[in-house]
Order: sequence, then structure tokens, then C-alpha cells
Amino acid sequence: MECVFGLVGNGFAIVAADTSAVHSILLHKNNEDKIMVLDSHKLVAASGEPGDRVQFTEYVQKNVSLYKFRNGIPLTTAAAANFTRGELATALRKNPYSVNILMAGYDNESGASLYYIDYIATLHKVDKGAFGYGSYFSLSTMDRHYRSDMSVEEAIELVDKCILEIRSRLVVAPPNFVIKIVDKDGARDYAWRQSVKDVTTAVV
Amino acid sequence: MARYDRAITVFSPDGHLFQVEYALEAVRKGNAAVGVRGTDAVVLAVEKKSTPKLQDSRSARKIVSLDNHIALACAGLKADARVLINKARIECQSHRLTLEDPVTVEYITRYIAGLQQKYTQSGGVRPFGLSTLIVGFDPYTRIPSLYQTDPSGTFSAWKANATGRNSNSIREFLEKNYKETSGQETVKLAIRALLEVVESGGKNIEVAVMTREEGGLRQLEEAEIDAIVAEIEAEKAAAEAAKKGPSKET
Repeated sequence: MECVFGLVGNGFAIVAADTSAVHSILLHKNNEDKIMVLDSHKLVAASGEPGDRVQFTEYVQKNVSLYKFRNGIPLTTAAAANFTRGELATALRKNPYSVNILMAGYDNESGASLYYIDYIATLHKVDKGAFGYGSYFSLSTMDRHYRSDMSVEEAIELVDKCILEIRSRLVVAPPNFVIKIVDKDGARDYAWRQSVKDVTTAVV
Repeated sequence: MARYDRAITVFSPDGHLFQVEYALEAVRKGNAAVGVRGTDAVVLAVEKKSTPKLQDSRSARKIVSLDNHIALACAGLKADARVLINKARIECQSHRLTLEDPVTVEYITRYIAGLQQKYTQSGGVRPFGLSTLIVGFDPYTRIPSLYQTDPSGTFSAWKANATGRNSNSIREFLEKNYKETSGQETVKLAIRALLEVVESGGKNIEVAVMTREEGGLRQLEEAEIDAIVAEIEAEKAAAEAAKKGPSKET
């Protein structure tokens, strides 16, 4: 049910994630931010078991910080992705984390990059990637319209196309999405796409 | 294994822990380090003994960041410092992970002091041969702090303090000349204090500042330090001239 997808553009990478926190048939909240700012120039969009998602990504975030203080320079996106994959692999045959991750980052030397890391520690460097049932729709849409070196506006158009496809074709489509971007100026929120705002108490 | 569980730090008949006192001797032989707390800035200044020409000075930084809002300088055995600093950095991140909050300056000082004390009461180990000066701004309250720890594991908060070589002279100077300062004045006070015992010049001093607005530790460039030293010397000369001036007229 959780939809996470992302793509690399011209000097930037964009990731989008749904914002529903679900427990069986109950929706806890519809504004859960599943894209973590790992450090100044990295984003981690994660989907999967809610407890594992938060615990694992926070663990990676603190270890990435520790590296920066120990060594005086931050990790590259590739190094952070490989570290994350290593942790998933180590835990896999003991106490696996059920978390799928799209890691987006910008490095001055190598530009923008996106890494696909699934819960059994598969690691791929990709131009576009997606997780969840939504991936059937977003991946196909991206395959049709994606070009390398898209501008931010073009990429957002494509992201919105994917969200539209998910909303119209996925039977339990999540109503709201968050979009974040990372480029040379850092990792930050880009926009929210909300079709259902928070329900307020009815006026009597 | 049986041989190495005997304690190295044991009481003497008259109640001294000689190993701890010898560790304090090691600190007294280390580089001079000064810390000053201002109203909106905290400053650390450390003596830099002449850098060997072939050494990359960036790898021998004496003032380090423990976290975005905490910095540390020390006097004594630098290799022991590496171990303590590493453990402190891990603790800073661990605290953020489990409590979702950055450490306060007091918390991390207590942690480091706790480690130093542990090594005065364990088998087969010697105390850490260093005293630390820890500065920073507490999260949320943004209150500035300066703390000092020593090999015995005691710690306390200070408005200004010094450790290492000639720390007594520096502390005397600070006691005479300390007043509440902010921004650049705090930096000047720290450098003036250090210059009491260190040869004048940017290449003999390492200075770092942390301000409330900026956050983060800023290491001053050699040129900046030289400029401030020049200011200080000019002020000193002016003060000397003022003293001599009136007596000439009589």
C-alpha cells in the first residue's frame, strides 16, 4: 500500500512518498513524513514495517553523523548507501529489517544520484526507482516519460503524473504525498500533494 | 589473565592516589589551553608548539567538535585524548538516537568525567593523562557553558579557565581581567590570556569560536589571529604610553 518512488534529473534528485500511517484497516494519520533528511545533502525515502522504518533510518542517520564528526568530512551518497546495505545484510539472517529504501543524494564530485536498497539488501544505483504496489504504476509511467537531464519542472510534472496514476488506478490509493528534492544547495522539502486534509470536528 | 586484574591506582597510606596525581603532572607538561565563556560566544584557544615544516597542520587540530553544538580542547596525552573524544562523539549520537535530543554540555561533560573516573578504579588500566575544556550551547535554551574535567574524573563549570603548561599564571590573569564579554571581545580575552605564556603570533596559537547565532565551531585562520594579536599589542602599547605620559609632564 505504501508508495515510494524517485528519479534523477539534471543536477538534482527527487523522491516522493505517500504519507499514510496504516495499521490493518485503520489510518493512524495521513501526514506521516516518510522521507528523512539524512544529512545536508542526502534524502532517505523509506517504506515498510513502521517500527523498523523509523528505527533503522534513524540508526543510519546517527552513524552518518558520527562519521562526519570522526573524519571531518561527510560520507558520499555511494558510501552511505553501501553502509546502509551492509547493515541490512548483516541483520538479514538474524533479525531482518523490513524496510525498503530509496536514497537520493548530491555530491560535488559526482552530482546527483539515486540508490535502490530493498529489504533483503539489494543495492542498485538507478536513474529511477519505486517500491510498493504503486511501483507498478509509477515505474511504468516513468519508463514512458523519463529522459535523462530533466529540469526540475519537467521532473515534477512526471512525479505528478505518477501520483495521478496511483490515485486513479490503485484500489487503496493513499490520498496524500510528500515530495522532497536534493541538489547542490542541499536536501529540502519541495511540496506536499494533499487530496485529503486533516478532518476537523464538525461544527454543531 | 589473573596478573592483569590487579589495580594500578591504589591508595597510599596518607590517602593519595599517586597514579592520578602523576597523570595531573602529565597534564601540567602539556600545551596550554584556555577557555572563555561570553554572553553569546564561547572561545577555546590552544598553544601550538612550532609546527614541523613537513607536517600537514590540518591533521593535528587541537580543538575538535564533539557535535554541532559542543567543542573540546585538552592538555596532556594526545593519544589518550583520541580515545576519549571518540567515545564522546559516539555518546553524542547515541543520545540523539535514544532521546531524540542533542546532549547538553553538562551531560557530555559528566559522561567524559565519568569515563576518566572509571579508569581510576579499574583493574589493569591507568588513568587518562589529560584534562579537557568543554564548551558549547545547550539545545533549546542556548545557554553557553564552559566545563573542565581532569584525570581524577572531577568536573565543574567555569566562566573562564586554563589547563596545561603555566595554567596557574593564565588563571591568575583571567581572575584579574575577566569580565562579561560578547562576540569578538570574548575572543580577544582568550587570546590575551594565552599570550601571557605563549610566544606572540598567529602560528603559535590555535583559536576556535562558537557563537549562539552561527552554531557550529569556527576555527580562526592564521591571518585573523595575527590581526587580533596586533590589536592586542597596540592596546597594550597605548596603555603603556598612557601610564608613562602623565608622569613626563610633571
